[in-house]
Amino acid sequence: MTTTTTFEVLGTKDTRSGFGEGLLEIGKKNKDVVALCADLTGSLKMNAFQDEFPERFFQVGIAEANMMGMASGMTVGGKIPYTGTFANFSTGRVYDQIRQSIAYSQKNVKICASHAGLTLGEDGATHQILEDIGMMKMLPNMTVIVPCDFNQTKQATMAIAEHDGPVYLRFGRPKVPIFVKPDADFVIGKADLLMEGSDVTIIACGHLVWKAIEAAEILAEKGISAEVINMHTIKPLDARAIIESTAKTGCVVTAEEHMINGGLGDSVAQVIIQNDPVPQEFVGVDDSFGESGKPEELLTKYNIDTPNIVEAAHKAIQRKK
Amino acid sequence: METQELNNISSQVRRDIVRMVSGASSGHPGGSLGCADFLTLLYFEVLKHDPSNFSMDGIDEDIFYLSNGHISPVWYSVLARSGYFPVNELGTFRKLSTRLQGHPSTDKNIPGVRMASGSLGQGLSCALGTAVTKKLNGDASLVYTLHGDGELQEGQIWEAAIYGAANKVDNLIATIDYNGRQIDGDVDDVLSLGNLSQKWQAFGWEVLEMNGHDFDDMKKTIAKAHSFVGNGKPIVIIMTTEMGQGVDYMMGTHKWHGNAPNAEQLESALNQLEETLGDY
Repeated sequence: MTTTTTFEVLGTKDTRSGFGEGLLEIGKKNKDVVALCADLTGSLKMNAFQDEFPERFFQVGIAEANMMGMASGMTVGGKIPYTGTFANFSTGRVYDQIRQSIAYSQKNVKICASHAGLTLGEDGATHQILEDIGMMKMLPNMTVIVPCDFNQTKQATMAIAEHDGPVYLRFGRPKVPIFVKPDADFVIGKADLLMEGSDVTIIACGHLVWKAIEAAEILAEKGISAEVINMHTIKPLDARAIIESTAKTGCVVTAEEHMINGGLGDSVAQVIIQNDPVPQEFVGVDDSFGESGKPEELLTKYNIDTPNIVEAAHKAIQRKK
Repeated sequence: METQELNNISSQVRRDIVRMVSGASSGHPGGSLGCADFLTLLYFEVLKHDPSNFSMDGIDEDIFYLSNGHISPVWYSVLARSGYFPVNELGTFRKLSTRLQGHPSTDKNIPGVRMASGSLGQGLSCALGTAVTKKLNGDASLVYTLHGDGELQEGQIWEAAIYGAANKVDNLIATIDYNGRQIDGDVDDVLSLGNLSQKWQAFGWEVLEMNGHDFDDMKKTIAKAHSFVGNGKPIVIIMTTEMGQGVDYMMGTHKWHGNAPNAEQLESALNQLEETLGDY
């Protein structure tokens, strides 16, 4: 595991902008990288790539199924296609296209999904997908990555070009604190140990990583030592990082902007129960669709905010034998 | 290639199809028999390809996608007979651990197959992707697809049709197996496609029609299709075929879309199909 000991907020930006910058940069480095977008170029921040490499950018219109199929076909001949649309239209709408033409066919397609989860905000539940991690992690051959901030999303966007095989990269819309160093090394499948602690392990992904850090700081004020792990790769899961941490802390909280069913927490629970079972509490959306509202309001209403992580940590600690 | 020689190959391909499906007690003989002549012509005369040296990327080779993956028996037969893998392997069709899955797959590394298919409507999009990649690569070879007519009821086909015309993907030749039948009955009864030729024309494609059991007509039509390559429009050939062609009791009905013949029916079928190149 990589260890970061101090936190410095380097600013606030949306993770989708990290994707846009990463795409442009990897496009400059690797001429095989091509990009497809289903009428959301601005929302996905793909304009810079489009402007720089117009011949390698494919506007497919509002036709996501065709986009996934085309991306698959573009790998035949050596291209590395990055598809861009909202997470809902990147997964649920095109699950069978991904399943057959990408995952089963072992195609080197990078499915890049923005506006994931509740923090898409005012557009409401039709667009706030909370099941995508589950759908994608169930597919054989699929790698699932949920980076936590602007810098990490940029780094992950570039790193996945080096990985031969289908990848689901999930990021979001709102501006969130940046705390991963701009020169950090992103390794697929290797968790980031952000804070060391001894009483409880908090494992989070995506936007909830910063919330986990906030929770750990609140817990520290109460004399509770929380270990915080950024599990940016849901699949393949860094089982060793989980086992090593829970061996030390004896309990775990998982936190994600996703349905509890099928998310990061499920994957962590499988590791824990097959190794050294310890109490686990789940912070995630509990079998519910979202609704319109401001991102922060929604995180509060659906019980996936900082106080919920704090509360879950107390509960997990109390359940220790 | 002389017509007699093509007829000999397709007769053997038809024997392979009914023997494979019978051997597996499952599979889709009807559409396979209907496309035997077209795929024979494609693999033995039309495609620029290198069966003994298969590569996934297929640079400078023509690429073929079978979008209606359920007619895998005919594809596997022409692949084996044209040298992609040993003919004897056809006997493993649909059996445990085979490379010849019920519907085509890439995960067992069977030479000649570049994309899984079976869930319908996806192959035209895949073909568009490969076609635009060929353009990016400066590769002048072509991309071919085959689709069922019933498959055209899938919406993704029409998403791809819009893209292909709007973006002038003119190095792609799609063929429709227009046999008029699908699992539940006649296409006209299940969900009529209306005027198919006008539909494709309205979508901006160059539309050709041919008889899928007349080698001369197919050669002429494909040559015409080649003359349209590079003209700024994708090309579609509506190919009229008879489901079950070559086996009398399988013709004129949709009932052999997805059923295997029993021993007696197999014998009857084989009696109608000359063994020309040796059974596997």
